[in-house]
Amino acid sequence: MSDKEEEQPVENKVEGSESAENQVGQQEGGDEDAEMEEEDTLDYEKIKLLPGASEDGSIASFQIVDEDHTLGNALRYMIMKNPEVEFCGYSIPHPSENKMNVRIQTYGDQTAVQALHKGLDDLANVCAFIEDEFLAKVNAKDFATEEP
Amino acid sequence: MTDLGSNIIGIEEDRVTNTHSNDFPAYSQSIGSGWDLEAFKKKFQLNVSFITERTANFDLIGLDTSIANAYRRIMISEVPSVAIEYVYIFNNTSVIQDEVLSHRLGLVPLKVDPDLLTWVDQSADEKDKFTDENTIVLTLNVTCTKNPNATKGDNRPENLYRNSNVYARDLKFEPQGRQLETFKDHPVVPCDPDILLAKLRPGQEISLRAHCILGIGSDHAKFSPVATASYRLMPQINILQPITGQDALKFQECFPSGVIGINEKGEAFVKDPRKDTVSREVLRHERFKGKVTLGRVRDHFIYNVESTGAMTPEEIFFKSVRILRNKAEYIRNCPIGNVN
Repeated sequence: MSDKEEEQPVENKVEGSESAENQVGQQEGGDEDAEMEEEDTLDYEKIKLLPGASEDGSIASFQIVDEDHTLGNALRYMIMKNPEVEFCGYSIPHPSENKMNVRIQTYGDQTAVQALHKGLDDLANVCAFIEDEFLAKVNAKDFATEEP
Repeated sequence: MTDLGSNIIGIEEDRVTNTHSNDFPAYSQSIGSGWDLEAFKKKFQLNVSFITERTANFDLIGLDTSIANAYRRIMISEVPSVAIEYVYIFNNTSVIQDEVLSHRLGLVPLKVDPDLLTWVDQSADEKDKFTDENTIVLTLNVTCTKNPNATKGDNRPENLYRNSNVYARDLKFEPQGRQLETFKDHPVVPCDPDILLAKLRPGQEISLRAHCILGIGSDHAKFSPVATASYRLMPQINILQPITGQDALKFQECFPSGVIGINEKGEAFVKDPRKDTVSREVLRHERFKGKVTLGRVRDHFIYNVESTGAMTPEEIFFKSVRILRNKAEYIRNCPIGNVN
């Protein structure tokens, strides 16, 4: 048990730094105006850290606006699939407010923010894979075109 | 009772068992492996049964309900499509009120590729709001008159009057600006031309102009690109003891036709569980007690997507996957602020 868990955060950190580098690379590739614009249009309202997070960052709750069970449940599943995560849950505190809360508690080797980001990345990767698979199947035209 | 870690949902006479996913590391180390994309790719299967112009039926196997359900929800409420949103009525002397007629018009599915339009900026000035890039204009001008050549003795309104019925096909596309070019090959028409919008009598008239814009189903159902988008889980029938003779025939009758076959030895076997509706009829009969169990495969989703006609059903599903991906990537790149 301990072997695996000690290795995991190191791997994740490497992944994290790679993706950060990629982003920088992409930004350098684009022209400067676009880069400036991206800085200006950063969405500071979309996701916020709720009060009550632990000092070491292993436990935190986030509030995401304009999202519902569609993302909430899928994201919760992905975060719970992370072996570093002890607990993850989401709720929509009030049906007439378009807010969704996600709580993440890790065992301590990964921060809640890292777990959240890993969950989002995993979810995006699954979608990318299913997208490709579906496109390949549809283009193969290996199916009936009439309802049986 | 099913084992922990089994992906079969048990269906018993009066209850369902093993309904929740529990493949999480925090639940149990033995059944819950951490997320592994490569393992997922190996396990995942996609089979397309059929795709017609309006309906698609396909199976996604090996993914969790939370993700399958997200696609379904997105297809219904978040894939954008085009519908009539603003109606400017010049004259309406029919018996159907302006607001009721407008509502009916809004619900008419239109054959427009949503990718050809941009979103309307709701914060823009009223005069700059609608452009040839984000709005499609349709007009409806119908006047009912007496038919001078009506056949005597035939009292049907279609014979006595002209234009007594106003149909969706009477909506005429008026290309604006560059739309003459962009919509040259596929002019905007209602997907179903025979939708009845109003009834008129001689002397009555409808004259209006409608603006169609992009929207999503969570704002109004008229923007939903699907008539239905649903999934069901693959049924599973386990025959524990041989069922033969008269019993086999009776057993066959407990299921929809085609589900159970009978072989040359007169023994019942499961031919096609996909056709089963899981009615549980078989569990009501004493003679089959202990001989059969019913279940559903938790990670085998049989999707049925029915388009309203604007987009092909496979395009709608494809877009739903892309939308979920974009959501995840967008939040991933957002800075995490503090609640004030």
